[in-house]
Amino acid sequence: MAFEIPKTTYNGKIKEIKLGKGDKAVTIGGESSYPFYLFESEMPHLPRIAMDVYDCPPVEWAEAALEPFAGVTDDPVAWAQKCLKDYGAEMICLQLLSTDPNGLDRGADEAAEVVKKVAEAIDTPLIVWGTANHDKDTEVLRRVAEVCQDKNLILGPVEEGDHKKIGAAAIGYHHTVIASTPIDINLAKQLNILLGNLGVPDELLVMDPTVSGIGYGIEYAYSVMERMRMAALTQQDEKLQFPIICNIAKETWKTKETKISESENPKMGDAKKRGILLEAMSAMTMLLAGGDVLIMRHPEAIKLVREMIAELTKA
Amino acid sequence: MPLTGIEIFKLLPKTNCGECGVPTCLAFAMNLASGKAELSACPYVTEEAKANLEEASAPPILPVTIGVGPEAPKVGGETVMFRHEKRFENPPALAILISDTMAEAEVKARLDKCLQLQYERVGLTLKPDLVALKADSGDTHKFETLVNQAKVSGCRLILMSENPDILAAGLKAGADQKPLLYAATEGNLDRVAGLARENSCPVAVKASGPEGLAQLTEKLTAAGIRNIVLDSGARTVRQALEDQVIIRSAALNKKFRPLGFPTITFPAEMTDDPMKEAVIASMFIAKYAGIIVLSDFRGESLFPLLVESMNIFTDPQRPLSTTEGIYEINNPSENSPVLITSNFSLTYFIISGEIENSKIPSWLLVKDTEGLSVLTSWAAGKFSADIIAPFVKKCGVMDKVKHQKLVIPGYLAAESGGLEEELPGWEILVGPREGAHIPAYLKTWQP
Repeated sequence: MAFEIPKTTYNGKIKEIKLGKGDKAVTIGGESSYPFYLFESEMPHLPRIAMDVYDCPPVEWAEAALEPFAGVTDDPVAWAQKCLKDYGAEMICLQLLSTDPNGLDRGADEAAEVVKKVAEAIDTPLIVWGTANHDKDTEVLRRVAEVCQDKNLILGPVEEGDHKKIGAAAIGYHHTVIASTPIDINLAKQLNILLGNLGVPDELLVMDPTVSGIGYGIEYAYSVMERMRMAALTQQDEKLQFPIICNIAKETWKTKETKISESENPKMGDAKKRGILLEAMSAMTMLLAGGDVLIMRHPEAIKLVREMIAELTKA
Repeated sequence: MPLTGIEIFKLLPKTNCGECGVPTCLAFAMNLASGKAELSACPYVTEEAKANLEEASAPPILPVTIGVGPEAPKVGGETVMFRHEKRFENPPALAILISDTMAEAEVKARLDKCLQLQYERVGLTLKPDLVALKADSGDTHKFETLVNQAKVSGCRLILMSENPDILAAGLKAGADQKPLLYAATEGNLDRVAGLARENSCPVAVKASGPEGLAQLTEKLTAAGIRNIVLDSGARTVRQALEDQVIIRSAALNKKFRPLGFPTITFPAEMTDDPMKEAVIASMFIAKYAGIIVLSDFRGESLFPLLVESMNIFTDPQRPLSTTEGIYEINNPSENSPVLITSNFSLTYFIISGEIENSKIPSWLLVKDTEGLSVLTSWAAGKFSADIIAPFVKKCGVMDKVKHQKLVIPGYLAAESGGLEEELPGWEILVGPREGAHIPAYLKTWQP
């Protein structure tokens, strides 16, 4: 039998979205094939990794995840600068954990000031991630949008329940919106339509399908992302042709499997390496499903994933 | 073109004997048509019908069993490119490399790892399946000794050498284990094919790229060999992924029989860094490997790989569930809180993880909700007061605690009144809606 390399017929393309501004702005998206199927079509922009920074000192983190940031975890500006300088971060994601109404419940003004300081201290794109509490995120992210106008932030999660107010602020002060939906392709499409109707231009929109790590339902995110890409690339579903952002680090490091010590369970091996691998392998899985931006934490996990991206795209 | 179920049915005995495992010949025919059954399951099919059906009814990617006995892993048998289209069937078998140049103690340690590194999760045992015995010494006697040692351990085997004499020596010791012979190549095809046929062993073919593989497998199938595993030879990440996709796609989308077999991949030969090797292996789990050969098994990488594999190979239509019962978290006492949730495994993992994180000793009751989440099972009428109350009474938690307080999920708030009626004397507390808020909630809990 004669052999011919089978190829997928694509008729769509992911939109190219520019994040941040200036020399360090990055462009994501633009792919017209399934992830890394470079024998079929192209991926003009490589997936990017944003490094996690928290706006308050983390509690109950695995030791392995804290160690690389020793001395800076109580100062988000220093933390972000360390990520840039020591770990070569291309982007920062500032997690506004302190604003959680079930936690520290810090006010919008104070939180926005911290965001502003971080934004002014770095030149890479800055993602700002709220707590997924609609009322609080509306308050906080609107204030952030205003205080940091002209900084071209990437703001999320923007959900159906708070998309109008946060979306309007993003349009007004020119920030990118992360449209966030709970692991459902139809809801994702619907929110993109709603944001479009509101007036959010396509070039200011990325999607968060809600991801989870290995052992905690990664297969749901994996399949929803694959379906999104299938619809976007082979079924001309324009409302799904947006880059995908995966907030994966916190989903992996919060699990007990990253915290069990080797002495507690010798079969689980070295705790630090296990945590790094759970993060890197979860990220790898998300990349294969269509992730364009991965929010990651441990420098060694990031290094592993960067190497994989480089090798998967090496000519 | 593959035959339809009805076309296949016409060629079957139509006795409805049931010996194939399904009650009627028609049902069996339908399973054959969709690739869910194999013709060999029917003991009464005529030779003539067999010849007609064999070609048409074979699944597009043949399932191949490595080794003997109930534990022998089956790989291949896949029917879709994307798991949401139906499901992925057989998780990749993970193999540990053992060389015949390794010291005996090292060999033993590696065999032990293959047997001992097992993990319990949602009532399933996750474990690696294979040892890949590699003839590096070039000495037939050494290889035979190694195969003997491995065979005694009870692990299922891959015999690795391109030298037919060495493979033959290995088979002398281990033919009864039906090991996978790795590998037939252009240079040794006839002799390795002969060994595979004489010993009825599965055989891996190695060539450069899918096209070269197809040429070799056509020769093997012409010689009557069907239990074939493919190695496209790629040892760079990009080429290896590409080959995996092309092989799967050719078999499924083009019905290209010469590539309709499971694959074997070698992260062990793609990097010297064990961490990177693990990440490469994680790629092969999602993208189409049948067998993944690792340089070593280490708990910190083996455990995540096995869990990832379980996740990706979960049937999207049938969520995993956890056994109903009382789960003790952080050594609870008679004054510890009692919480109840559904038995959707993801719900269980998240809730039990959050309770563990809280460090508050607690009793977690897991009710069988047929694997549905809290909200879904409640909406389906499977998690209401009249179902929860008898379970709470029967499960035995009442003998374990002195207080009479039950924390229910926030989404079941509407059931609290009904529960207070059904469980007289009990105070029903409405807990948080989200697992993430459980630690804060438990910290305020008082008996």
